[in-house]
Amino acid sequence: MTARYLSIEQVDMTFSRAGVDSQVLKNINLNVERGEYIAIIGHSGCGKSTLLNIVAGLINATSGAVILDGKEVNDPGPDRSVVFQNHSLLPWLTVYENVALAVNKTFARTRSKAERHAWILKNLEMVGMSAALHKRPDEISGGMKQRVGIARALAMEPKVLLLDEPFGALDALTRAHLQEEVMRIQEELHNTIIMITHDVDEAVLLSDRIVMLTNGPSAKVGEILDIDLPRPRNRITLADDPRYNHYRQEVLRFLYEKQRKVEDLAERRRKEQSAAALEKERA
Amino acid sequence: MSVSQRADSVTQPAPASWTPYLQDLKDVLVQKVLPPLLILALLGGIWEILCSSPGAALPPPSQVLRDTWDLIINPFYDYGGNDKGMGWQILASLERVAYGYSLAVIAGISLGVLVGQSTWALRGLDPVFQVLRTVPPLAWLPISLAGFQDSTPSAIFVIFITAIWPIIINTSVGVRNIPEDYRNVARVLRLNGYEYFIRIMLPAAAPYIFSGLRIGVGLSWLAIVAAEMLIGGVGIGFFIWDAWNASMISDIILALIYVGIVGFILDRMVAYVGNRVTRGTSKG
Ligand SMILES: Nc1ncnc2c1ncn2[C@@H]1O[C@H](COP(=O)(O)OP(=O)(O)OP(=O)(O)O)[C@@H](O)[C@H]1O
Ligand SMILES: [Mg+2]
Repeated sequence: MTARYLSIEQVDMTFSRAGVDSQVLKNINLNVERGEYIAIIGHSGCGKSTLLNIVAGLINATSGAVILDGKEVNDPGPDRSVVFQNHSLLPWLTVYENVALAVNKTFARTRSKAERHAWILKNLEMVGMSAALHKRPDEISGGMKQRVGIARALAMEPKVLLLDEPFGALDALTRAHLQEEVMRIQEELHNTIIMITHDVDEAVLLSDRIVMLTNGPSAKVGEILDIDLPRPRNRITLADDPRYNHYRQEVLRFLYEKQRKVEDLAERRRKEQSAAALEKERA
Repeated sequence: MSVSQRADSVTQPAPASWTPYLQDLKDVLVQKVLPPLLILALLGGIWEILCSSPGAALPPPSQVLRDTWDLIINPFYDYGGNDKGMGWQILASLERVAYGYSLAVIAGISLGVLVGQSTWALRGLDPVFQVLRTVPPLAWLPISLAGFQDSTPSAIFVIFITAIWPIIINTSVGVRNIPEDYRNVARVLRLNGYEYFIRIMLPAAAPYIFSGLRIGVGLSWLAIVAAEMLIGGVGIGFFIWDAWNASMISDIILALIYVGIVGFILDRMVAYVGNRVTRGTSKG
């Protein structure tokens, strides 16, 4: 085993509720290099958020370990900042204050007040939110909230940035715009990033490797696809690139051919039910 | 007020910039003050007509005004003993409410946080609270008189015990409803207990807490009047009881009007503070 920056080793996760055990993740192994951009893709409910939360330390794996920079992860901390599925800004704080809460707490001892102030402004500027510093979350759009969430996470200078479907709730245009922004920031800062997504194009466009999870229950790492495309990447020129389309197809094939069984079952059940309902109506 | 109007006030002479404020004032008067005044005049008129016959049991408003004119124009006289102006009577009641209510706020929010945070506290305390809160305020009075051996702490205790339940219950609901996301943010930032309490819990639960505080202040004011009727001394409650014993119906009516107005102001004050504090909290 080589020493990696972040390694997820033999992680199992079983939730037990009311005496019923349900295994969500089974034997997950993954090594991530420093500065690498990993996308995790898989069908809804397969356990992507669960895996991310284990890396964040928000939940503890039933067995196995997450090791970051030589230390085992047991609880959450600012070295693994998270952009949550639904922004989760604090609505009683302004945009500035939301980022300030994170910055002031993380760098309370290491930076002066003026340095922290400048750092907050710099991060908000990076995501293009300088004009709305004193607005509250309910006064800005969904895309803007997600930007602030990203600024808050970046400002903590985490070792790993964890993004849980950061653009999932946004319209296509805003989403594309924010993807560009994340690519630009990544170009500049070389963060280590793990991003969950549903979107095949997003995964291929942004990441260095795509980790595909099999369907739950007991999801495993199905395939890992290396994305060997030069950066900076441009979505328009890539659209005609045969390698890009090849990668896309690989992911699509995994999701819709190899992992379609569960959906088929659901489909069949739905058909059976509607047939039964029809018969009932006739009777 | 738009920005341009504010800018006007700097450059132009004062009277010109006042016009919009005067306009605002006029709107408020027409929309907020005028309708209740009209209704009041109407009700007063009906009351006057109904009670003007010689055999009426209650005095008409004109009579009330005549009887109580001395009290109205001299709210702060003091002839010693219980013989004090209405202003003193109300202040005495307000003082008791202030003590009892403040204690209830401190204890109620603390207990509410405890019950909201800990499943065991919830299981143990919630049933007890649910039973105790149904006890009518005045039923506590004999017990507290027996316990404190003195009327003032007893009255304060009755206020306390009346106001505390809605505060506890609303606070605990508010704390239990803090979204998981906010907790996760706090955990990632490694906020300590105190920081979590100040930065996350209080603001997140503030809308609930303030609705409890508002119910609580209303109940305290209801309870103080009743409690003072029984314990005596200076206070608006005993003033009413005293007036009843002396058959001074007009005094009672004046006292009722004061009680209503003060209760209304208390409610509005808590609501105002709540609105200021929870600005933006309830919405995501
Ligand atoms: N705290 C929990 N207790 C019990 N079961 C849980 C818990 N959290 C998640 N699960 C279950 O684990 C499974 C995976 O959930 P998870 O949220 O990780 O899915 P996901 O891949 O992120 O889905 P989506 O793409 O829809 O966000 C689901 O079946 C869910 O019901
Ligand atoms: Mg999820």
